[in-house]
Amino acid sequence: MKFELPKLPYDFGALAPVIGKETVELHYGKHFQTYITNLNNLIPGTKFENADLETIVKESDGAIFNNAGQTLNHNIYFLSFSPNGGGAPQGKLAEAINAAYGNFENFKKEFVAAGVSVFGSGWVWLAKDAAGKLQVSKEANAGNPVTKGLVPLLGFDVWEHSYYLDYQNRRADHLNALWQIIDWKAVEARY
Amino acid sequence: MKRLIFPLLLMIGWALPATGQHKLPDLPYRYAALEPHIDSLTMYIHYNKHHAAYVNNLNKVLEAYPEWQLKDVTELLAHIDKLPQTIRTTVRNNAGGHYNHSLFWEMLAEPGTTRMSSRTEKALIRDFGSVEAFKQAFARSAMGRFGSGWVWLLQDRDGKLSVLSTPNQDNPLMPFVARDMRIVLALDVWEHAYYLNYQSQRAAYVEAFWNVVNWRKVDEVLK
Repeated sequence: MKFELPKLPYDFGALAPVIGKETVELHYGKHFQTYITNLNNLIPGTKFENADLETIVKESDGAIFNNAGQTLNHNIYFLSFSPNGGGAPQGKLAEAINAAYGNFENFKKEFVAAGVSVFGSGWVWLAKDAAGKLQVSKEANAGNPVTKGLVPLLGFDVWEHSYYLDYQNRRADHLNALWQIIDWKAVEARY
Repeated sequence: MKRLIFPLLLMIGWALPATGQHKLPDLPYRYAALEPHIDSLTMYIHYNKHHAAYVNNLNKVLEAYPEWQLKDVTELLAHIDKLPQTIRTTVRNNAGGHYNHSLFWEMLAEPGTTRMSSRTEKALIRDFGSVEAFKQAFARSAMGRFGSGWVWLLQDRDGKLSVLSTPNQDNPLMPFVARDMRIVLALDVWEHAYYLNYQSQRAAYVEAFWNVVNWRKVDEVLK
């Protein structure tokens, strides 16, 4: 299966100043593209030749896992934003957040704290288990909670490339700002 | 008078470094000294923010552990597996970060101010075939490090040189990484080390690194 960059539902500059235009261009056009190119180069001749992305992430290791994981991660990441985003989740997702974290504010605090505490490159995910219960999952490097049998709903990238041009070492500021552009409709649809 | 002294005391308090045994070492050159290969803003943030945070976090986590507080950073790293489980990962990350950066600053020098000694050259040719082959092996290791980490040129007890890469702030002093290895050269490949200047082009950063290697330091360290 050939993997391709998903089309972005916004312009490169549309997420500024939360994520600057140059960062989106590089993150999407260079980093994300490179993972996809690497993955497409790595899988021919392996048992993953006709597998879907999630299966590859669940069953691979080494370079294939790294590039498949990052392809899946960025697919979800880039389709979680909107220049008209922000606000709060509605409906069943909002109920699940309240059930797990008391309220939306607490959830945001816990999520950002988890993201700040990832040492090195990685991700922080909001994920649901088979019963629909939510949990925050810290992942190193290319990790994604699908490998733990969970469904990823929202991921904040804490690789430095995702925020360094705009925030440098201030990862917490970056993560706190991301709430302004979250497309909760997209996240709710994953729940 | 009272009104003046209080803010003064506050200011002095602010200016004091975080208490604790570990200190940010002086940078042996100006922030701009390594330009254009490593830009001054990157140097400023890397040293004053990233390195300083490792030092502060290390002092903070050791506050409640007086028996470890006075240990030298190399001792902490060498005995990382003996540290209480509750603080082991934090010490590993922050003592590693402190040590690695302290070493890294010394391994860099203003372009054109140092040259590879013939002793170093001979050792590289002996163990890698050629200086070029060494640089290629080092760059390959740097490019192969997925995520954050470091690349090392190491020398074993018999004098043999080899290249190793470690994740995050791990280093060859940690017993689960290596044994009896001397660090001859270090390169930081965390994205914060190069992103402002090179963005996604890690290879260009690694290539530029050769212009700012402190070959005098390498010669000093080499057995």
